[in-house]
Amino acid sequence: MADRVLVTGASGMLGGAVADLLAERGQDVTVMQRRSAGGRHREVLGDIRDRDAVRRAVAGQDAVVHLAAKVDVVGPWMDFVRVNATGTRNVVEALRSGGGGRLVQVSSPSVAHTGRSLAGEGAGPASPMRARGHYARTKAAAELFALLADSPDLAVTAVRPHLVWGPGDTQLVGRIAERARQGRLALVGPGTALIDTTYVDNAAEAVVAALERIEHAHGEAFVVTNGEPRPVGELVAAICRAVGAPAPRLHVPRPLAWTLGAVVEGAVAVSERLPGVPAVTQPPLTRFLAEQIGTAHWFDQRRTREVLAWTPRVSIDEGLARLAEASRA
Amino acid sequence: MAHVGFPEQDGRTDGPLRQRVHGPAGRAVSDPPGLPRRDLPGLDRAWSRVVVAPDAEGMPRHWHLLDTGPLLQERGEEVVGTLLCVHGNPTWSYLWRRVLAQAPPGWRVVAVDQLGMGWSERTAEPRTLAQRVDDLDHLTDALGLTGAGPLAVLAHDWGGPVSLGWALRHTSDLAGVVLTNTAVHQPAEFAPPAVIRLARAPWLLAQVCRRTPAFVRATTALSVPPLPAPVREAFAAPYRTPGRRAAVADFVADIPFEADHPSRATLDAVADGLSALADVPALLVWGPRDPVFGQRYLDDLATRLPHADVQRYAGASHLVLEDRPEGIDVVWRWLRENVATGSGRPAAVGSAGHPEEPAESSRSLSDDVPRVAVRVDTSAPDSPAVVELRGGRRSVTFGELDRLVDDVARGLLARGVVPGDRVAVLVPPGIELTTLVYALWRIGAVVVIADAGLGLGRLGSSLRSAGPRHVVGIGRALRLADVTRVPGQRLRVEPGGDELARLAEEGRGASPALPDPDEVGGDADGAVLFTSGATGPPKGVVYTRDRLGAQVALLRDTFGLGRGERLVAAFAPFALYGPALGLTGVVPDMDVTAPQTLTAAGLAEAVTAVDATVVFAAPAALRNVVATAEGLDERGRTALAGPRLVLSAGAPVPVDLLRRVRELLTHASTHTPYGMTEALPVATLDPVEELGAGGPGSTDAAQDGVCVGRPLERVEVGVAPLDAHGIPAEELVTTPGAVGEIVVRGPHVKDRYDRLWTTQRASERPVGWHRTGDVGHLDEHGRLWVEGRLAHVISTPDGPVPPYAVEARVRALPDVADAAVVGVGPEGTQQLVVVLVPTERGGAVARLTGAPRGQARLAPGATADAVRRVAGVPVAAVLVRDWLPVDVRHASKVDRGALARWADGVLHGRTVRGRVAALLPGPAHAPMTRSR
Repeated sequence: MADRVLVTGASGMLGGAVADLLAERGQDVTVMQRRSAGGRHREVLGDIRDRDAVRRAVAGQDAVVHLAAKVDVVGPWMDFVRVNATGTRNVVEALRSGGGGRLVQVSSPSVAHTGRSLAGEGAGPASPMRARGHYARTKAAAELFALLADSPDLAVTAVRPHLVWGPGDTQLVGRIAERARQGRLALVGPGTALIDTTYVDNAAEAVVAALERIEHAHGEAFVVTNGEPRPVGELVAAICRAVGAPAPRLHVPRPLAWTLGAVVEGAVAVSERLPGVPAVTQPPLTRFLAEQIGTAHWFDQRRTREVLAWTPRVSIDEGLARLAEASRA
Repeated sequence: MAHVGFPEQDGRTDGPLRQRVHGPAGRAVSDPPGLPRRDLPGLDRAWSRVVVAPDAEGMPRHWHLLDTGPLLQERGEEVVGTLLCVHGNPTWSYLWRRVLAQAPPGWRVVAVDQLGMGWSERTAEPRTLAQRVDDLDHLTDALGLTGAGPLAVLAHDWGGPVSLGWALRHTSDLAGVVLTNTAVHQPAEFAPPAVIRLARAPWLLAQVCRRTPAFVRATTALSVPPLPAPVREAFAAPYRTPGRRAAVADFVADIPFEADHPSRATLDAVADGLSALADVPALLVWGPRDPVFGQRYLDDLATRLPHADVQRYAGASHLVLEDRPEGIDVVWRWLRENVATGSGRPAAVGSAGHPEEPAESSRSLSDDVPRVAVRVDTSAPDSPAVVELRGGRRSVTFGELDRLVDDVARGLLARGVVPGDRVAVLVPPGIELTTLVYALWRIGAVVVIADAGLGLGRLGSSLRSAGPRHVVGIGRALRLADVTRVPGQRLRVEPGGDELARLAEEGRGASPALPDPDEVGGDADGAVLFTSGATGPPKGVVYTRDRLGAQVALLRDTFGLGRGERLVAAFAPFALYGPALGLTGVVPDMDVTAPQTLTAAGLAEAVTAVDATVVFAAPAALRNVVATAEGLDERGRTALAGPRLVLSAGAPVPVDLLRRVRELLTHASTHTPYGMTEALPVATLDPVEELGAGGPGSTDAAQDGVCVGRPLERVEVGVAPLDAHGIPAEELVTTPGAVGEIVVRGPHVKDRYDRLWTTQRASERPVGWHRTGDVGHLDEHGRLWVEGRLAHVISTPDGPVPPYAVEARVRALPDVADAAVVGVGPEGTQQLVVVLVPTERGGAVARLTGAPRGQARLAPGATADAVRRVAGVPVAAVLVRDWLPVDVRHASKVDRGALARWADGVLHGRTVRGRVAALLPGPAHAPMTRSR
């Protein structure tokens, strides 16, 4: 019998892929989003910050895959708290009051990242105090809250896909392509930091695997990547090549990037406070970004693959080929 | 044994004993023997007990002990062995707390506090060494330790003489002796330790040892790394007041430096008596960085107990088991392996109470193993034995060499070299080196050979570790020995100098009797050589005389080196074996320590000089010969057509180089024996023939790694397959294609690592085999393929990846001059990184400073794609450099460890602190140079 699964944040690339994959596998999928996207899945309109709306959406569902989040790199702290932390609490409480079920909390490796290099590490503990930036801190709190709710009635697992990309990606691929075309794309440092990424289909399969294997995976967080780290410079160049944009020429030394990031953040904070000045939502650089692309980020995938019984099917090269094909179309 | 008459023999004190403690400050302290009611780190109070036993004079004394006996009894465990631990000055039984804590089941550990020390009773008068031996004797009687099963002793510092004095009275019970940083003899040629001499000065003695806790504190302050403060406090706890410290000063005063010292005779008796322990297994655990009982005392004890296993911890200090707590595990492992216990191992206690010898006899070679005696072959006395072309021609015939060897041997005896002495020989190859080595072998001495390729600092530390009694060398080498504090008497010998002639003269004058050549046993040590230590400090490798002889025989039979053949010896180690085989050796005009100084003309001259049939040269030498071939005249070219065989070893030799060598030496086959300092040769092949068309080599594209040929006759090769984590199995297989650590056995394999008992144990698995540290496989033709060093295997999530095969595939790409493969990240989830040197390199500046900084470190996208296509395994990153770090000795072994650290830094897998630390040169790091 098909499970009834609610997918929040299905308007994003990964959320959409997860909803499609679940439906493909015969599950009864409902998506929840703020505005109708006109997709092929049953829609419940509502804001994740709205406790009652969430409760209505969750009612009668066997499981929830919770992806809705505010992922911007800048913005007022309270906006992040309301969407990421309160939103997750709303989902957990809705499930609880409905007598339990299953929850896959889609998180991010940044919840455990305190700014240093990560080379071959597993899923570290989420740290709301030490994670970098509003997004990571609020996602860390959300993950902790969700995993704490893991109980015999409510099975909870957290999946942390790292740098998800693919055709239709407006975040990583979209920004790189846009800036490259404007000639504004710069690499931090020599571009040799080794970085893990995840092709979107692999990430979606991992999320679904977490739901299917939740009896083994509950109570734990798993980092999900392609397991093929690449130097960031090579990766960015390859993405540019795939989408037909010029390769980056600028290199910003790491300390300078960090400093610039700090200045930009200050400017953004000012813009948020000054009346009459439009708030900056797409700043060129922040300290968080500088760290993210200036230091190594790659992960030990052995535990993830063992517990989720999942391996990435689309290699980076294959993903790049698909990206190229999609951008030619 | 029960001892009636001592009512409290086995009981804890019922009431506190009030004792008066004497003190020079006139303070009488009353406190009971026994541990105070205070927890000390690592000490279980349940071990502590007080026992009454008569002292040397029959006076009942209260001893404090740490004893696991009562606990064993409580648990109903049968005692299979007892270890008696005796501390030195100024420590106490606390020193052995971990020994008690880690005792294997059934082992009782009794750690005493000597009288006047620790928490034992203070005596009114100082106690002499003889009294202390008696004291201990009476105590073990009272405890019933003797005559009740295997008994071993473990001692430190001045606990050594005390316990050995005791041991000599109980040889029938004694099943093992473990000594740590101690001494039984003050070698006459050395001054006593300065620290002790200073403390012994009457005006200082009281001040340092008694009135102030300086001596007590200093002892625990020496440790490297420093001891935690609570542990230092615990060591000092029993010595808080001058009264409690009286015995500390008395102990120092009892050290018999002077010939008329009251304890001198006792100590000498102990020292001389050690020969009675020849059948008792012994282990010496040493920290050479000890200002009191340094390396020289280890050397002295190793001479007195020649059968002893030695574990020397370079860099560790006086309290060696505090500096290297892992040593306690070693002590227990050794005890369990070597000391027969009632139920622990099949080797049961023999009829006379003696444990049967552990299965060590397998080490000696059986009589049917072919071997060549390591002495000069005199069947053709008038043929030249050694010809030197450096700085004018000099030569010596076999007859002359034989006589010179005998005379020099006598001269060395007259100079005080005795059979079994270790003698470092630091002389370049040639007549002098050959003479010295054969003369030393003639008298049964042990030759210690280290070469400058180790790097100067490591050369010094290597020689120190071997502890030579004599150092023979050229002036420069002797100065280096002085600077690096290598022990031993010096003897200067210069090539072409008259020192050897004078030594021979002395020998003829004194004419001491030379030992019968057959009298020196084949199991006696013959030589200590050193590994190049690319992955750690160089290790001494000990060959017995039989094993050296077996190696010579193996070389003879493998390469058909018969009497009368002439060998160009441009590769140091094997030049020495010529005289034993009746081969004429010629040393070309070159600096043998720098192989790349051999020119084509120099080689031709050497070949012409003796009409050579065989050339032995390092790969770097061959490379230079090929590079300087234009300098040859017609006569030189003709001469080079003569030799039938070129041997090259020490590092991988590219086939291309060998092909070019064959263009010069037109009639020679080119063999590249495979092996290591611990076992050479293991296998051999002529890569040019083997990889030529038609042979089995033509289908070798399917094989990973470098083919090194078939194992030689008398040499067995097994493979210990790697598991998913890259750990080699214990069991060996010979299944074709199974990839694992290469393990060899043969009569010419090393006897052991020198003074590195644990390293030896780790390398000798199974017993009698040698783990080479190389990874490879056997193919269906029985040929051995080497795929890299075990330490360089990359441990990826998909399993272990040895480097050579991937490197070979990448190197085959156009525009790639060289390539190395390393792993970054934690074991088990490492990512593979390819570092390549392109044919088109950066400018002069880039070559000087290494890889250019910035984006050029990352290979261009097209190159990276090409590498990934051919690599055969997932490649995370492709980096570009202008050179690879290689070893100094052979200039061809890539230091993949250094390269991996570099790659790790480039790929930002490391913290800033880690990167700074990597910039600082490590003390034990092998010297490195740049690939060409």
